[in-house]
Amino acid sequence: MALTKQEWLALEDKAYQMRRLLLDTCHWAGSGHIGGGNSVMDMLVILYHRYLNIKVEDPAWADRDRFILSKGHAGIAYAPVLVDKGFNDPEQLKTFNLTNSKMGIHLDSNKVVGVDASTGSLGHGLSIALGTGLAARVQGKNYKTYCIMGDGELDEGSNWEAAMAMAHFKVTNVISFVDRNHNMIDGNTEEIMALEPLADKWTAFGFEVKVIDGNNISQLADAIDFALANTGDKPVMIIADTVKGEGIDFIEGDYRWHYGAMAEENYEKSKESLARHYEARKARAEKEGK
Amino acid sequence: MAGGLTYTAVDSTALSTAEVYGKTLVELGEQHPEIVALTADLGKSTKIGTFGERFPERFFNVGIAEQNMVGMAAGMAKAGLVPFLSSFSQFASWRVADQLHTDICYQNVNAKIIATHGGTSFGQAGSTHHAIVDFALVRSLPNITLICPADGYETANAVRVAYETPGPFYIRINRGFDRVVYENEDYGFALGKAVEMRPGTDITVIACGSCVFQAISAADFLKNADGLSVRVLNIHTLKPIDKEAIQKAITDTRRIIVAEDHSVIGGLGAAVAEVIAEYGKGCAFKRLGVQDSFAPIGLHEDIMSILGIDSNGIAEAVRAAMKMDFELDDDWDDEV
Repeated sequence: MALTKQEWLALEDKAYQMRRLLLDTCHWAGSGHIGGGNSVMDMLVILYHRYLNIKVEDPAWADRDRFILSKGHAGIAYAPVLVDKGFNDPEQLKTFNLTNSKMGIHLDSNKVVGVDASTGSLGHGLSIALGTGLAARVQGKNYKTYCIMGDGELDEGSNWEAAMAMAHFKVTNVISFVDRNHNMIDGNTEEIMALEPLADKWTAFGFEVKVIDGNNISQLADAIDFALANTGDKPVMIIADTVKGEGIDFIEGDYRWHYGAMAEENYEKSKESLARHYEARKARAEKEGK
Repeated sequence: MAGGLTYTAVDSTALSTAEVYGKTLVELGEQHPEIVALTADLGKSTKIGTFGERFPERFFNVGIAEQNMVGMAAGMAKAGLVPFLSSFSQFASWRVADQLHTDICYQNVNAKIIATHGGTSFGQAGSTHHAIVDFALVRSLPNITLICPADGYETANAVRVAYETPGPFYIRINRGFDRVVYENEDYGFALGKAVEMRPGTDITVIACGSCVFQAISAADFLKNADGLSVRVLNIHTLKPIDKEAIQKAITDTRRIIVAEDHSVIGGLGAAVAEVIAEYGKGCAFKRLGVQDSFAPIGLHEDIMSILGIDSNGIAEAVRAAMKMDFELDDDWDDEV
């Protein structure tokens, strides 16, 4: 089912709220992965508000869809989404990164309710997702597993072990994403360790690849719908082309904001930028939505 | 004993230790549909392939990709399955150190690693395939239980207790046949409890894995040849370690030798040394094993002889320890 204009606008509203909450969390914590958090936010929002079959009142429900945030350093984007859904006490966001907090940079699946895997060491998530996907097959269950990887983490060889195995075992109940924000800690991905031609690589590994604008909620919906309708035996990889720091103009596309401090002046500037960004996003949905 | 499965002496001498493991896992798999098995192109060598022949839909050979295997197992365990993973010990530990640390131990998932070809048991393959520092890694990881069984009977017990006990396990067994040290499985195997293989009052030899048989042989020889009363403790569970049995050995015999097919750094000898040091009562002490080097190439029994962890080497070490001159009174209060 294609996204209606009203659904699109509602998701834009949620994405704006979550970017604001991410910003607040950065502000409370003093700093955070604001670049990669904002690039991936639209994927988190659409998964948690349109696709994931989960129960807030029963987080360990055996038949729930699974979500693995392989780029675990985006915990500062993930935690606000989980809190907003009702999995965790909102006050916990104010303790983010503080001593003895349940929430640190990389979310712990044994401490933060709703997290399916403790990630942070890169190149682990796709294997774990493959494991939950095969578990569903063994158990005869219908749940899906969604996995979001960063682009920089694709340098890790373990991802390609998982990629081979996912295609080999024809694991189509796992839907994977690359948050292709083009930047890693030390610079642009193509300068540090070239990934291109990235789509061809996944195709060669046996995936059905969709390349989309990963900060366009309508395109994300179409790509996920495509993956869910997949009746072939190739797993789907959605390469979501995104902007690092999406929504905060003075951060956007700047690798130096992989991890940044959010002092008072930048905080105010960021709030204003996010408000403008939301207006532009709404206008796009109004114009392009059906 | 789960399932009433028992092996006869014929099984334990006619089957390699790994074959006993493979059979035990199939037995468990018959009873428990949530058990799955994974390997990285070593289904035949590790004998986990036996499970795959019986339950092909619950068996996953991931190719030569151990990191992915461990991550997959973590995902499967998170989803409620009980994965057993097998590879050679070196590749089931250091090759996957980060996955073991983060995916298995940090998440504290219910995954069971059965690591074969432990120590120098794949002797002719050389140091790439010797696992002489795996205990050091696994012992330092939180949440995981570490077992090194002495023979096939003990392996069957260890595999069963691993299934019955929630949480990560690393069970290290050898390539090929092990000398049998038990008459059957019913000798009272208990997780974390040392087995006294021989009583003794003059000195204690602590061993695990293939060194247990060697320690027993040394003790029997020294009893006849030297009239020595050598206690032999099989510490099959390296973690959590049986502190009480070690402390009792200190106070009862005041001389301890540890023999293991592993580096003297970070393994059983180191674990025993930690217990002794924290207990604060002195005793003569010697660690036998790989002395901070790589081991030579050769047959397992030859390498054990070169390393001094066979019965002759252990007997020599016992005799040397008996000659050590130190305070032998019963007054512990004057010692730190």
